[in-house]
Amino acid sequence: MAERESFVVVGQSVRKVDGVGLVKGKPKFVADVDLSDVLYVKILGSPHAHARIVRIDSSAAAQIPGVIAILTYENTPSTRHTTAGQGYPEPSPYDARMFDTKVRFVGDRVAAVAAETEEAAEEALRAIRVTYEELPAVLSIDEARAEGAPVIHDEGDSTGIYEAARNIVADVDIDVGDVERGFVESDVVVETTCETQYAQHTPIETHVVHSYLDSDDRLVLRTSTQVPFHVRRIVAQTLGIPIQRIRVIKPRVGGGFGTKQEVLLEDIAGWVTLRTGRAAFLSLSRAEEFVAARTRHPMRVRVKLGANKDGVLHAIEMEATSNTGAYGAHGLTVLANTGSKTLPLYNKAKNAHFYGQAVYTNLPVPGAYRGYGATQGYFPLETAMDELSERLGLDPIELRRRNHIRVGETSPIFEKLGEGREGVSQTVKSCELERCIAVGAERIGWREKRGARRREGPWVHGVGMSIMMQGSGIPQIDMAAATIKMNEDGSFNLLVGATDIGTGSDTILAQIAAEVLGVPASRMIVTSSDTDLTPFDVGAYASSTTYVSGMAVQRAAEGVRGQILSVAAPMLKASVESLRLVGEHAVGPAGARVSLAEVCRRAMYSSDQFQIAATASCVPSESPPPFLANFAEVAVDVETGRVKVVHYVAAVDCGVAINPLMAEGQMEGAIVNGIGYALSEEMLFSSTGRVRNPSLFDYKIPGALDVPNLDVILVGSYEPTGPMGAKSVGEIGINGPIPTIANAIYDAVGIRLRRTPFTPERVLEALVCERRPKGER
Amino acid sequence: MYEIELHVNGHVERASVPAGMTLLEFLRDRLALTGAKEGCGIGECGSCTVLLDGKPVTACLVLAVEADGLDVRTIEGEATDGELSALQRAFVDAGAVQCGFCTPGMIMSARGLLLRNPHPSDEEIVEAIAGNLCRCTGYEAILHAIRVVAQQQVEPRTGEAGTKTARLLRNDQSTGGRP
Repeated sequence: MAERESFVVVGQSVRKVDGVGLVKGKPKFVADVDLSDVLYVKILGSPHAHARIVRIDSSAAAQIPGVIAILTYENTPSTRHTTAGQGYPEPSPYDARMFDTKVRFVGDRVAAVAAETEEAAEEALRAIRVTYEELPAVLSIDEARAEGAPVIHDEGDSTGIYEAARNIVADVDIDVGDVERGFVESDVVVETTCETQYAQHTPIETHVVHSYLDSDDRLVLRTSTQVPFHVRRIVAQTLGIPIQRIRVIKPRVGGGFGTKQEVLLEDIAGWVTLRTGRAAFLSLSRAEEFVAARTRHPMRVRVKLGANKDGVLHAIEMEATSNTGAYGAHGLTVLANTGSKTLPLYNKAKNAHFYGQAVYTNLPVPGAYRGYGATQGYFPLETAMDELSERLGLDPIELRRRNHIRVGETSPIFEKLGEGREGVSQTVKSCELERCIAVGAERIGWREKRGARRREGPWVHGVGMSIMMQGSGIPQIDMAAATIKMNEDGSFNLLVGATDIGTGSDTILAQIAAEVLGVPASRMIVTSSDTDLTPFDVGAYASSTTYVSGMAVQRAAEGVRGQILSVAAPMLKASVESLRLVGEHAVGPAGARVSLAEVCRRAMYSSDQFQIAATASCVPSESPPPFLANFAEVAVDVETGRVKVVHYVAAVDCGVAINPLMAEGQMEGAIVNGIGYALSEEMLFSSTGRVRNPSLFDYKIPGALDVPNLDVILVGSYEPTGPMGAKSVGEIGINGPIPTIANAIYDAVGIRLRRTPFTPERVLEALVCERRPKGER
Repeated sequence: MYEIELHVNGHVERASVPAGMTLLEFLRDRLALTGAKEGCGIGECGSCTVLLDGKPVTACLVLAVEADGLDVRTIEGEATDGELSALQRAFVDAGAVQCGFCTPGMIMSARGLLLRNPHPSDEEIVEAIAGNLCRCTGYEAILHAIRVVAQQQVEPRTGEAGTKTARLLRNDQSTGGRP
């Protein structure tokens, strides 16, 4: 690991490049500009879960002073598209319209109003008269799959749906070896089915967009998005205008977590601006965000494991049913990732089967959410591993040690199952999972605490663990590009399409470039992402930025470095090969040096003039997984069913951490979000499909009082295919809490929880059930 | 319309406002002080926290007329002549800022605590930001930043080299100490 030790900027917790502006409260977000000339846009949501729109009478609404435009299916483009901000062609069905003649969930778009004031827009919404023909609604996976179920997408002009007549959005089925025979041959077989709930990202900034025409009548969308280039393409497609006419600017974004990998509002604001020539502002209220933005896909996942007596897995099967709500955005790919990001971890099983379906329901629309299916898959997988360890009489740690993938190994699943299509074969080149497990077990006190069931009044303590992997970008699909140009004071502009949504990517990308160029990170001026100014990047999703965008930046920096050296060589009367870039200077073999500022001035003004600049791209050929070992100590109140996480340890291998403090921050945020998902967060529905708790009061995300003692340990490795040895770490942490806490609860009180969240009611019910004699259950 | 006069970050502001205008709207729309954010509009997220006569309030739940005659302090008044306050510096150095949307409210809640209690206990620190939601950081780094300022020194936490505390200590030594 000689490369690692020689890093100067990489591996340092340098200050976040936008940190100072943010702590000063500078106007950096979409809504922080002068909005005095905008039209306020409000959306009318459907009161019914499933209905046809017979008639919309907006004549009274149009009479309200200040109302400028009313948008319905009658006066807007009807192009079918997907709201999923994915690469083109998107692997999600084209099943959405700006405004449709049918509504498919409570809160689905019916109309929108643009008015001079928010009050006028809201009054107009109340004045729109809509006549609906109500249809029977489908409110669960089982109802969707029932014989004769109402057909949610019966429109006929949608494309990319697996079987619309049976409400099936996507179907995935892959085999390795012969899993049935594998179970017959196994000494021990366990099977478990787990269900996860509707949960929401809840970024503190809701979805928001500000649109206007520039002086050349081009449409500018300043929007809170993870995917500026996909927004430009999908808005052009939806509105039927050329890509050339649209500019998407991403200012600072107040959190995304996947929900902003979606084109939710930009089409409406853009249409208002194009039709009226006026600037428009559209921001979801918190209640609207809960109802009409995106959620995680609720799933029912069955896992069956077969193992030999020696504790080596022989067969592994996973069957997932995903509820993709009223529209199919990310339906196929989240489903596929449920298998593709989990099953390769246990590559010792020679026989494997993944089968899954994603189904429509008349409920809110799931989309991308940090973890992207893996979160749902690891719950039953790591629960089943725990059950298997008990059946085999093996320590859960030992069972995992005997089965997890290691350096130099592969899994056929990598090739069989990819992002909604075939995957890419790869060999693991960095994996310190063994050390993650050892370090984590030591930190939690596994040996002393496992099985000890320490009591403190009604509280019983237990410890549990789980391991997991994720990926680093989508191989052979994702593309990132970066441009670096040099200024004559020795500073550089770094222009990236990579989309910093609070993750710190601007900073780590600056560190990678600075490392190559021999300058401090503070000499990089970072611009991210503006479709007019920065090169293409798919955006912030799939744990791609560090690995994929980082490599593009490294290559661009290497291009600039070569140009600098070619200018410096004659200045220092030395060969290009003999020069190094150190401390903002080009340094020759005998120590002669010339500053980067002098080099750039020469190239810019005096001799053989040219702009020192380079653009480079990266399409990764593989997706090296980060690895994670989770350990939790929980306390369960056996009188009330309340679960408290006392201590959580996460030991993660993300290769070289470009910025250790930020890598830890990604892990800490993901884990606490995951703890909320495990214990308290759940969208509740009425019998008619209405969200009953659309507020941060009634939908409980963790606050500072809910955080356990949390230890994140970065266990270093070196990923040879990554920029500076790095892998990505954005998502993996969120997968840990559910199975880890579930296994710790079992250790404490002997109950297996198979449905999230583990609320006091569910825990208490399971405890009561456990205490009853077997026959009465 | 109502005439109000209040101090905002030390400046006298006089304005004529409608009865229903919130303090948050007044700050953002009238004074262009957009540091305080709206994350929910009903006092549940804390992103709009400002100090009213030194006490943290959610500005979305206070009417502008209620602030008449009072002293309002916002994130824009936290730095002095462009120099970050110790609290702001600690937030940046501790990695307490990710997306930064909750940061202004978080810092103002912490400022309110330190004004009334310069040396709070750990429980008091957690309690002080219990009403400020953050979805990015998991609060660890935020709590650490406030502790650093509250203690005016970092007490070494037991832990292996490579943990956050250990690294911050190393960085301190190299840069000559933290706030």
